[in-house]
Amino acid sequence: MTNEEVEIVEKTRVILEGTARKRENLIPILQRIQEEFGYLPPYVMLEVAQFLNIPDIDVYSVATFYNQFRLTPPGKHSIRVCMGTACHVKGGQITLAAWQRRLKIGPGETTPDREFDIDTVACVGCCAMAPVTVVDKKVEAKADPTRVDGILLNYQLQKEKGEKEKEKN
Amino acid sequence: MKFEEIKKQAESRWREIWNGQMPVILVGTATCGRAAGALDVLQAIKETVKKQNLHCLIYEVGCMGHCYAEPLIILRKPGFPSICYGHVTPVLAENLVTNLILNDDPSLEFVLAALEENDLIPSFSDFPRSKYEKRILLKNCGRINPEEIEHYIGNGGYNSSAKALKMKPGEIVAEVKKSKLRGLGGGGFPAGEKWDVCRRAEGEPKYLICNGDEGDPGAFMDRAILESDPHSVIEGMLIAGYAIGARHGYIYIRAEYPLAVQRVHHAIRQAEETKLLGENILGSDFSFDIKLFQGSGAFVCGEATALIASIEGKPGMPRHRPPRVAVQGLFGKPTILNNVKTLAYVPHIIENGADWFLQTGTEKSKGTAVFALAGKVVNTGLVEVPMGTTLRQLIFQVGGGITKGKRFKAVQIGGPSGGCLPESALDLPIDFDSLQESGAMMGSGGMVVLDEDDCMVEVARYFLDFTQKESCGKCTLCRLGTKQMLDILEDITKGRGKMEDIETLQELAEDIKTGSLCGLGRTAPNPVLTTLRYFRDEYEVHIKEGRCPALMCQTLIAYYILPEKCARGCDACVGTCTVEAISTDKKRRIKIIDQEKCVKCNTCLVACPPQYDAVIKVSPPTRIPRPNYVSLPSPIDGEVGDGGEKEGKEGGIV
Repeated sequence: MTNEEVEIVEKTRVILEGTARKRENLIPILQRIQEEFGYLPPYVMLEVAQFLNIPDIDVYSVATFYNQFRLTPPGKHSIRVCMGTACHVKGGQITLAAWQRRLKIGPGETTPDREFDIDTVACVGCCAMAPVTVVDKKVEAKADPTRVDGILLNYQLQKEKGEKEKEKN
Repeated sequence: MKFEEIKKQAESRWREIWNGQMPVILVGTATCGRAAGALDVLQAIKETVKKQNLHCLIYEVGCMGHCYAEPLIILRKPGFPSICYGHVTPVLAENLVTNLILNDDPSLEFVLAALEENDLIPSFSDFPRSKYEKRILLKNCGRINPEEIEHYIGNGGYNSSAKALKMKPGEIVAEVKKSKLRGLGGGGFPAGEKWDVCRRAEGEPKYLICNGDEGDPGAFMDRAILESDPHSVIEGMLIAGYAIGARHGYIYIRAEYPLAVQRVHHAIRQAEETKLLGENILGSDFSFDIKLFQGSGAFVCGEATALIASIEGKPGMPRHRPPRVAVQGLFGKPTILNNVKTLAYVPHIIENGADWFLQTGTEKSKGTAVFALAGKVVNTGLVEVPMGTTLRQLIFQVGGGITKGKRFKAVQIGGPSGGCLPESALDLPIDFDSLQESGAMMGSGGMVVLDEDDCMVEVARYFLDFTQKESCGKCTLCRLGTKQMLDILEDITKGRGKMEDIETLQELAEDIKTGSLCGLGRTAPNPVLTTLRYFRDEYEVHIKEGRCPALMCQTLIAYYILPEKCARGCDACVGTCTVEAISTDKKRRIKIIDQEKCVKCNTCLVACPPQYDAVIKVSPPTRIPRPNYVSLPSPIDGEVGDGGEKEGKEGGIV
């Protein structure tokens, strides 16, 4: 195990310690782990199975059944493109295509530099603002291809700004 | 402290806020408000108040229902009615606050409407929609701070739980039964009947679950209520729990609603602190607690048995019924599962009595229904109307008609389980039974309006794609049948369809309906069946002519710049094109879209100034005149138009 993995396992044990060993806690546990690390590493799932005293496959089946759980590391920024009905009729597909074109990755994937990951979401309930994209928990209203470029440009600028400040210091 | 004292205190506080001498600023910060920038507005207001040293109260409220005008703020100053402003920006907010509070200037040009009738400013009750609306469930939404239990109590909240706890459980069930309250999650099953079964069922402890897994894309009523008035749901659960003899309650909220989760979590804690949840509530011997369970993104978990499996820590797969959930549900114990809105209605029914509830609605569907209006309608947002209101009234009077002066084509009701209804069905009264007859269903209340630019085949494909992905995979027909239907629909939208496909679709639809266990599979074919029933001609045009009449199916359209309309000096399309597919043909002085590079993102069509209106969509793509077709996948087959007989933007060459 790498150092990073050892650290993750240790942190997982801390999360598990405060939880009752009941099957019904499986989903909340996985949610908390994902909240912490951004995804569910395989060795952590084994850890959870052992803790709850259930077969490994049960943890895996829950982790793969629900859309929210991801098994690969996420990017620094998460892009969630809404695919709800209202967004669809207002061009949700076109927005998704714009993200894919710009970041050169598909839904469920992370950019090689681990800056962004893209995924689709069924509906975030902001139908009146369609089409929407949730960027790092912030709902971006009326996110058409031009807005996509604007958002990415903004990140680019902020990143450059951050780097410049780093250089100064 | 006794509840009477808490109530008295809360009421006097609320009077101080609402009728006191201090100006009050309300900012709508539900999810839709936040999407439009409400948090920036809130921040700007806070800074202004601090900078100007203003003496006033600022608090956040939930959804006011007028989502089309977000972000919304309400300013209250003694001497003025409460004024609601829409489309507020941080700079505007600063000015509005300063103008009204310091200078007594209500900035009339930015007013959306006043809350109360008055001589100065038109009020919401002057809007044509107010004639149709009846706000019962949404009464508090956008008025009180969802994070303050005192605001809720000050407005009569938890009054009916105090009343209910003095009644016998059987009496409550009888009252709800008498009111004919039906499950507002879409099923329409009489709530009282279900409660009665559970109350009489053997097994302890009993559970009550509030279903907030609002998975229908296009629906956001439950989210709005949970975010704007969470205590109304908690109070409903408290009463329902007492009536059926439950000891534990769960609120199941879907993962995509983080703000609702946060606010409900907060509300539960406040109710516990106020001793409205926990041991011996309000001095009675009734004890009840509520746990919040966050879903993990599975549409099928809206189904009762799947939701229960999910709480138990298993994959959310539905199971056979019977045994009914009311008899054998969560952890094998008797369980009641009701939708957010159904439970939020309970306090009103106990407070005002079943007879009051029976006054509103149609013969078989009583009370009001909350709808989330979205899509191509002017006033998108949340509306509450009595059952029996017609679709036409809802879309054209309340919703304000279709955007951009386009023609109405269809309304999609009930999400993936519902259907698309055409113009001819608009005079249907909205209630559980008449919608069912039309082939759609009430669903939880999502309503997406579609106009002439929406392709019905594509909409049907979209829903099938959704249900196909969300099928849990237990039943063969649902798992594989929906995939087959989706493949066929995809072929049709790509111009590869055959006439016999329509029959195959119908056959498959019937098979899936009969061969599936739960509501997801049983209703999955509805969008296809309703579009086939009402819009069959569109399917046929796709198949026979390879053309999308609504110009929506990406494979069947192309973007084209009309040379005679294009202003030569204008470069709007060239500059905005996201893939640099537009270039200027210097020799002929026209702009041409490179069809091979074009990704059909619609940006040029939006960018082209309305006075030129030169960018159009054509279907099939081969309709573009040959000399202007760069990167032509030659040879072109089909007819070629001369590019000069268009009806205008998006009119298409038909």
